[in-house]
Amino acid sequence: METTLPWIILLSPLASAVLILLFAHRSKSLSVALSLAAVSTAFGATLLLASSGAVVQTAATWVDLGPALHLTIGIKVDALTRVMLLVVTGIGALVHVYSTVYMAEDAGKSRFFGALSLFMFSMLGIVLADNLAMMFIFWELVGVSSFLLIGHWFTKESAAKAANKAFLTNRIGDFGFMSGILLVWAATGSVDFGGIQQNLGKLTSDPTLLTLAGLCLFCGAVGKSAQVPLHVWLPDAMEGPTPVSALIHAATMVAAGVYMLARIFFILEPSPVALAVIAGIGATTAVLAALMATQQDDVKRILAYSTLSQLGLMVAGVGVGAWGASMFHLFTHAFFKALLFLGSGAVIHALHHEQDIWKMGGLRKTMPKTFLTFAIGTLALTGAPYLAGFFSKDAILLAAWHKTTLVFCAALFTSLLTAFYMTRLVVVAFLGEARTPAAKHGHDCPAAMTVPLLILALLSVIAGYEFFAGSIFGTELFHSVHAAEHVSLVPILAVGAFLLGTGAAWALYAGKVKDPVRIPLFGNRFYIDEMYAALIAGTQDLLASFSGWFDHFILDGVFVRGLSGLTWGVGYTLRLLQIGNLQGYAFLFGAGVVALFYMLIK
Amino acid sequence: MNPLTLNHYLLASGLLFSLGFAGVMLRRNIITIFMCLELMLNAANLSLVAFSRFHVGMDGLPNYNAQVLVFFIITVAAAEVAVGLAIIVALYRARQTTHVEDIQSLKF
Repeated sequence: METTLPWIILLSPLASAVLILLFAHRSKSLSVALSLAAVSTAFGATLLLASSGAVVQTAATWVDLGPALHLTIGIKVDALTRVMLLVVTGIGALVHVYSTVYMAEDAGKSRFFGALSLFMFSMLGIVLADNLAMMFIFWELVGVSSFLLIGHWFTKESAAKAANKAFLTNRIGDFGFMSGILLVWAATGSVDFGGIQQNLGKLTSDPTLLTLAGLCLFCGAVGKSAQVPLHVWLPDAMEGPTPVSALIHAATMVAAGVYMLARIFFILEPSPVALAVIAGIGATTAVLAALMATQQDDVKRILAYSTLSQLGLMVAGVGVGAWGASMFHLFTHAFFKALLFLGSGAVIHALHHEQDIWKMGGLRKTMPKTFLTFAIGTLALTGAPYLAGFFSKDAILLAAWHKTTLVFCAALFTSLLTAFYMTRLVVVAFLGEARTPAAKHGHDCPAAMTVPLLILALLSVIAGYEFFAGSIFGTELFHSVHAAEHVSLVPILAVGAFLLGTGAAWALYAGKVKDPVRIPLFGNRFYIDEMYAALIAGTQDLLASFSGWFDHFILDGVFVRGLSGLTWGVGYTLRLLQIGNLQGYAFLFGAGVVALFYMLIK
Repeated sequence: MNPLTLNHYLLASGLLFSLGFAGVMLRRNIITIFMCLELMLNAANLSLVAFSRFHVGMDGLPNYNAQVLVFFIITVAAAEVAVGLAIIVALYRARQTTHVEDIQSLKF
């Protein structure tokens, strides 16, 4: 029973995706039903699996090339997997229900649900994989389904471009990931986690190789979890439908990088250099993204930068060795960030696709349920005491406190900024007076959209407590979260940051109709996109002009024209001999005979 | 004593050959060129016959090898004339001329 459950979880979304693609794509309601059935099956099976608490390890041979390479399609279920399974299928199920209303009028509804099922399959594949090769395959598959869903409204140019950008940026990271897998395989002769762990000695004996392999593997996480410098795709990915943003680009797929780091932590752990780089990149991402978030006007973009920033925090957590704390933050973050995205989706839906927070205002009165849940999500994210985010952020802060002061300061500053920009969002969009007619006529959405919000709001409150999180994580993993010695100063500082951020934003933005602060550097995302554009345009121009030169002068000039010119020149020269005069020919003939005789007789 | 030595014959043959060669090089009428060509062949024949006459072997007979070669040349010349004249006739029918200066369309 325990060994079949993971297969059911993995394959039911695949079945749904295939059925929708092959047969059901003409019927919207049938597609929705199939997709919902698949995700419910997966969720139900996950609940059964989680309640049994079984540790499953099963594998089917895929490629067997002797001792050198033995690839399996294998499944590994432990405490870590169970946490991710619950997050993915649970939030997945809520997002599916929510989407039935959000995408009700959409022409591509069948395609949307098909892609959603494909995503569920790929994501569950990453979670369940027991080896790096299989993880990589599903890693690419989530990339594909993310591409399909970001570009769902592909007739819109910005959406199509965003999809391409996400896909291409991820390729860079995935190249590193693949190199890392190959390095690990070359050193240990194995790609499955158990085998690598057994032969880890072969890798740790060469510290340079170990660091290189660890950093290459980390590249995969940099791409998928959108860390600096590959973070540019995630804000643009907000072109996709909002439920997709909630599920893929906030709760699950982007967290896959953190999950992967937690899975391979035993490879990273012996290399202090790799860990330092990971912590540095995570902390940088957290601070930069939070600064960018303070000056965005698009509600989804604020949340996107917030996601970036929180992912940076998780990665930094892994970097300071507290992968348990990172997983805990991933777990709580999934709930409240999905809640915030779905809440913003409800606002966007009610306001007929208005996303500018300065064109909202006063939604507290017109959309009370949405406001209530959104406020809870905000408080949970900003780290208000006794909500989910407070506990998980505290765990990371504590780990950083014991390890590196620099990372701790960055994380604390991020908390402050998080409180600032989230309060700004709530104050501007929900409080005050309605600033546009659309905002005046806002309304709460149908039950299929508000019920997931309420469930997620409840989870955002309780997800941090031991009775809930502890039962899901299992006692062993949950206690590793709080492995660091408790320091009472850390939560005090965290609460201080929360109060300061919230208070500053409140003072600055309450009752304002337009942004009193304009910092172009933050608003324009530190001009990183422009820099990349210039860099790419520069290298492209250089490369293009070089290839142009090469093509024109070397290929065309030397090879094509050179060959033809040589032939032509020889022909032209020889042609001069064809004088067309009979006596001339006769003379040449005679001269030739004489020359021949001369040479023979000489 | 025979006042004529081999050198006299060879001189006459050389003169004939030179005349023929000059005709081939300088004349414009293709039939004249053709006749000059025959002259060159016969100059060669003459020298061959002279060689034969002046190379008497131990048995008192001339060396007939040269004379056999002359017959070959005459045969080949006859064949050449047959083909050459046929070409000239065909050329005249096509171009209404036997002047080599008018026939130079193979020039580039």
